[in-house]
Amino acid sequence: MSNSEKCSCQPSEVLLLPCSGGSNCAQIAHQAAVRLAQAGRGKFFCLAGIGGHVKGLIESAKAAKVLVAIDGCPTSCARKTLEHAELPPQIHLIVTELGIEKKSGYLDFSEDELALCRSKLEQELDAEVAHIPARG
Amino acid sequence: MKKVQVLGPGCPKCQQVAANVAEAAKAVRVEVEVEKVSKPMDIAKYGVMFTPGLAVEGEVVCAGRIPSVEEIKGWLEAEPATGPQK
Repeated sequence: MSNSEKCSCQPSEVLLLPCSGGSNCAQIAHQAAVRLAQAGRGKFFCLAGIGGHVKGLIESAKAAKVLVAIDGCPTSCARKTLEHAELPPQIHLIVTELGIEKKSGYLDFSEDELALCRSKLEQELDAEVAHIPARG
Repeated sequence: MKKVQVLGPGCPKCQQVAANVAEAAKAVRVEVEVEKVSKPMDIAKYGVMFTPGLAVEGEVVCAGRIPSVEEIKGWLEAEPATGPQK
């Protein structure tokens, strides 16, 4: 068979990798990824496995077309974790850059803050996915 | 003898991976034992999220695509990795 044949094991085009860290902004990043995955906009992927150099996860991530790093703050742990594995993300969002103040150790956030983050991610995904050639 | 694991449910893509392994092994004259890992829970133990996947001596070398014969030749000829696998 050729690579052009479809099958049930088609990799996800979009992988969502939030930092899921210990602040309100990181938890917004996490929950935005959850909501997008639930809406079918991508697959929530295991950033810890990438950081842990789990070869199967790294090779699986290489098969995706768009890697989305979602960081709570400019420390950019999600983006850096991907880059250490030689997987630079096509989309990188930093929640604090949306005007949301980071509060370390504080895990609550409002629905408005989450909606803002999700909306921005959807815009970025719409723009990026439009440039993806159809999988052969 | 090298042990090679083809990771996937057994669809045509998985079968193509196995065929490419056989062709590569013949080309580089490396004896291989091919194990087909088809149960989702067993595939997950390799950390592979997208099939087909391929592992050589238990170490995943690719996932979510069909590797070429040339790629597989390189993996079969490579020295085995030391340390933890998977």
